Amino acid sequence: MTDQTQAPDPQTYLQQWGHEPAVELLKRMLLIRAFEEKAEELYALGKLHGTMHLSIGQEASAVGASFALKRGDYLLNHHRGHGHCLAWGSDVDLMMAEFLGKATGYCRGRGGSMHIANIEANNLGANGIVGGGIPIAVGVGLSIKMRQTDQVVIVIFGDGAANEGAFHESLNMASIWDLPIIFYCENNQYAMSMPVRRAINIEHISQRACSYGIPGVTVDGNDLFAVYQAVKDAAERARAGRGPTLVEAVTYRWRGHSKSDRQAYRKREEVKAWQKKDPIRRYAQALALDDQELENLRAQARERIEQALAFAESSPEPEVSTILEGIYA
Amino acid sequence: MRELSYAEALRECLRQVMREDPDVFMIGEDIGVYGGAFGVSAGLIDEFGPDRIIDTPISEAGIAGACIGAALTGMRPVGEIQFMDFVTLSMEQLVLQAAKIRFMFGGKARVPFVLRMPAGSGTGAAAQHSESLEAWFVHVPGLKVVMPSTPHDAKGLLRAAIYDDNPVIFVEHKLLYKTRGHVPEDAYTVPLGESKTVREGKDLTVVATSIMVSRALEAADLLAEEGIELEIIDPRTLVPLDMEPIVASVKKTGRALVVHEAVKTGGFGGEVASRIVESEAFDYLEAPVRRLAGLDMPIPYNRTLEYHAVPQVENIVAEARRLVGGVY
Repeated sequence: MTDQTQAPDPQTYLQQWGHEPAVELLKRMLLIRAFEEKAEELYALGKLHGTMHLSIGQEASAVGASFALKRGDYLLNHHRGHGHCLAWGSDVDLMMAEFLGKATGYCRGRGGSMHIANIEANNLGANGIVGGGIPIAVGVGLSIKMRQTDQVVIVIFGDGAANEGAFHESLNMASIWDLPIIFYCENNQYAMSMPVRRAINIEHISQRACSYGIPGVTVDGNDLFAVYQAVKDAAERARAGRGPTLVEAVTYRWRGHSKSDRQAYRKREEVKAWQKKDPIRRYAQALALDDQELENLRAQARERIEQALAFAESSPEPEVSTILEGIYA
Repeated sequence: MRELSYAEALRECLRQVMREDPDVFMIGEDIGVYGGAFGVSAGLIDEFGPDRIIDTPISEAGIAGACIGAALTGMRPVGEIQFMDFVTLSMEQLVLQAAKIRFMFGGKARVPFVLRMPAGSGTGAAAQHSESLEAWFVHVPGLKVVMPSTPHDAKGLLRAAIYDDNPVIFVEHKLLYKTRGHVPEDAYTVPLGESKTVREGKDLTVVATSIMVSRALEAADLLAEEGIELEIIDPRTLVPLDMEPIVASVKKTGRALVVHEAVKTGGFGGEVASRIVESEAFDYLEAPVRRLAGLDMPIPYNRTLEYHAVPQVENIVAEARRLVGGVY
């Protein structure tokens, strides 16, 4: 286990990536933020059927991790998954349509906010069960190994999932078989209302990697560069046949767990303190963008979300006559 | 005619499928050198090696998850749960993941795998190694449930299950593993969703699953001496369930008895009975549709108590006599 306390130097990465690709990452983060804000607004307007889990404040974790991987790699993620899905390059129109339960959505309106997948892009889907995707990652890793491709799978879960038995079974199996899996824990400090400091009696979730004989690393999840480097290292290790890594990205959930959460378990000051560590603003500063440039990009992202919403709202509802489709192959 | 045991028939199927399809592999506890707790995979590791006959730690959720993930990415895994009882530890993965992935994702994903598991009592293994939990899986849309009763069907149904594009719960019976019967050498398929009439008769339709098929056949021999003719139907797959031969049979006999080992309350028998009375066979019924099933209790250790906890040949005989004699 290494606690990566030393923040990476942004300039090294920016030179390596080039200006345009670096700005693209900012745009992705802004798109996620705009999507989530619109989701919240639609809920307030009573336009949504179900609940949702917003990832505002966790954008660098999603975008940095995704950028460290290659096309053809696999993604499994969790209920707070809009950000990962957008970071993976998903079509925001189809995502918004799914969010609104429309027939044109990624899952034809059957999955909704918690179950967006894009199988064609090897996005194997978000999971509504805490820790539910982790054992599945073992199977994906096994399949990659048996098919002898150079793919990896990243499975994203929260701090809450690290206390499920499935987490432990899966890390162990991945370790003994050297599977190409990145176990990516977004520690956003709370499993619903349970603070991680009360739920886990060790300093870092990544320490648990020791028990399974694999590397564990904790990074600042609001630092896109740190996230990128940790996931890149884990992916290289996996591709080289050296097995899985547990990466813990420490971040913070700005909003409540879901829409019914009144957040009685935490103080306003705590939230405000984390909002000062806004991953988007921080990355924009590294890019040396001034406020006006950032606001212009923010406006563009919002405009794109409006277009997606227009697409979704004008899309048809699923036909009731198709209700039983897709249960069996 | 060549005879094999039920376990040998399953093994022959696995060997044939694994020879022809590199996407098929086995994963489970002690299935390698040990050969599986009931010997089904004995020797397969010699031919296919540890990369395709994968021994796992004691991690049933992990085994199920490994099957799901591999299936989602193009493989056709065959998982083994050592005793059906232990599938309780895999339930989240099976019920909330395997069964729902395709539907939740708009019909765009496939999860083709088989999870084999031995069920049933009669081995003195007591309450935690004798469960018959098939009804739980029948209750979950998205899963298929198969229960072969003969070596012939075991081989053919397993092949069909492996090449099916859905998650299939494949329930074997411990007491059947050593039973022998005719099994063709060639690879063949017994399609999922085809009930089989295993004995024709005019007086009473008996729908029996798994080991209850052979017990019903024994009962039928005894009853035939009294002039009572049972018609016995083995659904073979509980999901999808082929009701047609059952309905046709009840129209002919006017009486129906459903027999299974699992406990009666909430059991599969209730489903079959309901479907019979909901069908056109209702007008032909001359007696109530009855269920003969395991007592509503855990399986006891004591040999005599264990014997009496689940239907035996004499129970089927007595129940059939009552139904045909109009005493119920």
